[in-house]
Amino acid sequence: MSEAGRASVLTPSARSLFSRLAPYRLWIAAAFVLVALPYFPGLTGNFGRSLLSQMGIAAVFALSYNLLLGQTGLLSFGHAVYFGLGGYAAIHLMRAISGGLPIPMPFVPLAGAATGLFFGLLFGSVTVRRAGVIFALISLGVGELVYALLRMLPAISGGEEGITANRTAGPHVFGVGLGPQLQMYYLIAFWAFVSAVLMYAFLRTPVGRMCNAVRDNAERAEFIGYDPVRVRLVVLAVAAMFAGLAGGLHALNYEIVASEAAGTGRSGTVLLMAYIGGVANFLGAILGAVTITWLQVSLSDYTSAWQLYLGLFFVLFVLFAPRGLAGLIVMHKEVVRTRAFLGLLRAYAVALLPAAVMTIGAIVFIEINYRRATQPEADPRMALFGIDMDYSTPWPWLAAIALLAIGAWLFRASLPLVASAWERATEAARTTAGGRR
Amino acid sequence: MIATAIPAVPDSSARAALQLVDVHKSFGVTPIIRGVSLDVHAGERHAIIGPNGAGKSTLFNLVSGRFAPTSGAILLKGESITGSAPFEIYRKGLARSFQVTNIFPRLSVFENVRCSVLWSLGYGYSFRRRVAMLRDANERTETILERIRLASRRDVQAGVLTYAEQRALEIGITIAGNADVILLDEPTSGMSRDEAAAAVELVRSISRGKTLVMVEHDMSVVFDLADRISVLVYGEIIATDVPERIRANAAVQTAYLGTAVDA
Repeated sequence: MSEAGRASVLTPSARSLFSRLAPYRLWIAAAFVLVALPYFPGLTGNFGRSLLSQMGIAAVFALSYNLLLGQTGLLSFGHAVYFGLGGYAAIHLMRAISGGLPIPMPFVPLAGAATGLFFGLLFGSVTVRRAGVIFALISLGVGELVYALLRMLPAISGGEEGITANRTAGPHVFGVGLGPQLQMYYLIAFWAFVSAVLMYAFLRTPVGRMCNAVRDNAERAEFIGYDPVRVRLVVLAVAAMFAGLAGGLHALNYEIVASEAAGTGRSGTVLLMAYIGGVANFLGAILGAVTITWLQVSLSDYTSAWQLYLGLFFVLFVLFAPRGLAGLIVMHKEVVRTRAFLGLLRAYAVALLPAAVMTIGAIVFIEINYRRATQPEADPRMALFGIDMDYSTPWPWLAAIALLAIGAWLFRASLPLVASAWERATEAARTTAGGRR
Repeated sequence: MIATAIPAVPDSSARAALQLVDVHKSFGVTPIIRGVSLDVHAGERHAIIGPNGAGKSTLFNLVSGRFAPTSGAILLKGESITGSAPFEIYRKGLARSFQVTNIFPRLSVFENVRCSVLWSLGYGYSFRRRVAMLRDANERTETILERIRLASRRDVQAGVLTYAEQRALEIGITIAGNADVILLDEPTSGMSRDEAAAAVELVRSISRGKTLVMVEHDMSVVFDLADRISVLVYGEIIATDVPERIRANAAVQTAYLGTAVDA
């Protein structure tokens, strides 16, 4: 056979391969991004790679949470229970591997997943009987119960200090010893990718579609043959399984699991991630996990009041962007191609300036207050934004309040500009969409 | 002349599709249903009429499992469904619609109907297959959308449909599972004359070969569609008969039709 003959045989099959892969192009692109990320400028160091690892774990956890909140309408205040129990299962397995159990470390997260699934079915059979407020309260109760139990059993949980293990033990498969953070990142990226694909696929199965139906109208679901309690139990078990997997990754990554892994704080953080990312959108949870993790890590470098800023950030989203980051993106997708989009950007820029002034005022006010309240003995002289100030004098206070007030006033004045620019942009989007039809 | 496959009035030996035996329902101390016994024949179109507050909707809620009766028995095709959960009754072949539209507002029209065909095709709580690959479910959904004339609106979010469209979708969800006993709660309520006429045709076509029980206020719709009519007054059935005889029944006229004519 000649070269030409072979090429003509191969080309159609190659083309059919491309067309078969086309629906998955986003996933393929995501896989490439995950592989390339640790080589992006700024992320090549150990800090960058452990930040990425943390984001990956958070993304799996937030995606699992969104199966409950966004897809089934179940607001849980105790999802960290499954994360923590999965983490403990994994850390104990890691210790057993150190003791000679011949299981390769990369499979440890599966123990977390199995544990999450088990406890999801166990607790779920009680918690999902009702939806709404009752489910939220019961999930909070189960969360507190498990946390208290863990604290009472230090032999299993190690209490606040936690249980440690070594991830480099056990048989090495393909030379993966998990010593370097880069290897750890790739393992997390692998499991995160697999989890995301599986959760996405789950939502497209019959029971996954019924999750949305139960969220929208649980009563009607009963009149088309489905028991909403059963649907909720299935989704809770699946969500708990992936939360457990995330907990297993956490155990591997940090080589320590403490009782806080199952605590209410973590349950709150995952709610924050899912909400800020946007619950209506599958990708929202990932956006939220990445953003909040980044804020947690970078803010805590600059200020010890970082949790306060995180809380403010959350409140602002609940009030002004209830559909989260993903919602904001979807909102702008339609107007981005119109000519009026430039005008919208200009309006945003105009509003951004007073918003920045307002924010700076707020930050100065918070920081000097926080320091005065938490370290009353400390020197009242400090530097903020490179400016030295002494908060025993009234000037920093007055300046902060002035910046806050002037910024807020100007910001309010700029809002009609943004509103009218937005109106023009959506109008333009509507006419171009109409013209295309 | 073309003979219809299904006789307009089934003979009296027809098997009962739905039987109510001395059914009572009280909310607290207030009796709403006070001893209803009723046989609905297989294959007939049976209308339940009565003044407001007579208990028609409560009766539907008892039969479909939304409420459990205080006493009495309800049998579907000879099998007891007294006090069963709605999904259990549905799985035995009874589907219902609601007077106040009861759909999945954030799902698309297509998704609304597809969710409603899943159980009857045996997919249950399966998570092994993708719905996009379930050819029978998707084809059946398309067929239903054609029948309820919403094929062109298939990708619209159900919550933003017009009222009449939502009513059509309500019926679509009800018939999607191919149940053989169908309960329709005021299928033409709140509709304009033209919309109601279209709804009557839809009801006629979907009830072919099935047992239909409906609550309806519009008398022209009732006398047009029903093979038999039961009159419910203050929680009791005062008459069950063919339309002509119900029209002539003196007790019914005083209790119900008389006031309807005056209004």
